[in-house]
Amino acid sequence: MLDIVLRSLWVSGTATALATAWGLPLALLLGLREFRGRRVVLNLFHTLLGLPTVTLGLLLYLLLSSRGPLGPLHLLYTPAAMMLGQALLVTPILVSLLADALRAVDPALRDLARTLGASERQASLAALGEARRGAALAVVASFNRAVSELGVAMMLGGNIHGYTRVMTTAIALETARGEILLSLQLAAVLLLIVFTLSLVAGRLGGR
Amino acid sequence: MRGLFLAVPVLLLLLSLALPLRGRPGLRVATSTSLYDTGLLDHLAGRYRGKRPAFLSLGTGQALLSAKRGEADLLLVHAPSLEREFMQEGYGRRRVVVAYNFFVLVGPPGDPAGIENLPPVEALGRIARAGREGRARWVSRGDLSGTHLKENLLWREAGFDREELRKEGWYLEAGAGMGQTLLLASERRAYTLSDLGTFLRYKKKGLVQLEPVVERGKELLNVYSAIVVNPERVRGVNLEGAVDFLTFLLSEEGQGLIGEFGAGEYGSPLFFPVAGLENSDPELAGWLLEVWGGG
Repeated sequence: MLDIVLRSLWVSGTATALATAWGLPLALLLGLREFRGRRVVLNLFHTLLGLPTVTLGLLLYLLLSSRGPLGPLHLLYTPAAMMLGQALLVTPILVSLLADALRAVDPALRDLARTLGASERQASLAALGEARRGAALAVVASFNRAVSELGVAMMLGGNIHGYTRVMTTAIALETARGEILLSLQLAAVLLLIVFTLSLVAGRLGGR
Repeated sequence: MRGLFLAVPVLLLLLSLALPLRGRPGLRVATSTSLYDTGLLDHLAGRYRGKRPAFLSLGTGQALLSAKRGEADLLLVHAPSLEREFMQEGYGRRRVVVAYNFFVLVGPPGDPAGIENLPPVEALGRIARAGREGRARWVSRGDLSGTHLKENLLWREAGFDREELRKEGWYLEAGAGMGQTLLLASERRAYTLSDLGTFLRYKKKGLVQLEPVVERGKELLNVYSAIVVNPERVRGVNLEGAVDFLTFLLSEEGQGLIGEFGAGEYGSPLFFPVAGLENSDPELAGWLLEVWGGG
């Protein structure tokens, strides 16, 4: 059971890191700069918040399947496929929440930083520091969504014992097997992780 | 600071990309859910000396499709008609029987349709009559699994067409795995067709209030085949690994493990080995070949 929990953390953690890697620059852009089409892009990310996991799972399945365009990479039914899927799944959450948090930072702060001789990059970092509570929430919400979802993990991972079996797929399997007690234990651990992280994120930078 | 922000995710990305190279399992076995969800395959893999196979528990229909797409090296399935089609299309290199058991017709306590120990086909006829009179219900798997195909075949032999049945109120379609279907049947006090293993497990755990009503008969024979996927038709097949695991399944040790699985826990084994069957029970062996070849 421990290895399933650790694999869950590892897969969804990496997925969140990936989403952060490509989501952070985007959120900085959408949250701090003014340009034409900014609202449209932000609205697009807001819309994608409701992306059904099975839809994304299906699309990526078609892409990654041996007969699909990315078939030669042999990624289907590997942890890497799950990471990729979950990263894409949580990107809208990360970008939306982070951009909104950055928008909420008083623009005067960045102006002040610039008048004090900060570069544009340093001013952005100052804004990010000011929005750290919202940023932590964005990352944690992304991770929680990734670690709790079943569609992508099942369709792209295949629930292979010791390889791609994570908490949610194990719960589905053990329930089908009639091992309700084991399912309940796993579900309890999952809840504990999700709630603890939310709590920590709430405290982080909270004044 | 910013550098760190980017370096960590990038490092993790590189690590995760290297992962499939390192951790890729040697052999991919796509299987019927009934074999995997009962725990039989994990039991077998625990004794197998080669590298542990990766089992994809997809259901028979899906398993065959995934093999065609090059996602499996070996198949463990139970739908003779689909299997023969698969072989005729050249996707399979070798197809052998590895085990069998019996499907079981289960129903609510009290047996409202009065079908106990009737021949399976006659029993279905009575369930339909009772259903139309509002005294019974039927839950169909409805998921194109091996069990579902068997169910459709039995209804056809009883003179009913699936498409017509679906329109009737007493015929429910679960569209789910065996366990879910049993739970639904139990909740709604309905009859259903189950593989023996899943039913015994659920019964033993007290999850379903259902009784076996019809248990034997040639029509209920459930034959499990192994198919080695043809590397000349499907690219990237691990032929060596598939043959090695199949050899283990057919070995004295493998067949012994199949025959003992579940005996301690459920009072009777969930699956029966086929080795030596033609000598110990020639009649059953004959049935088995008939079902396996005829579908």
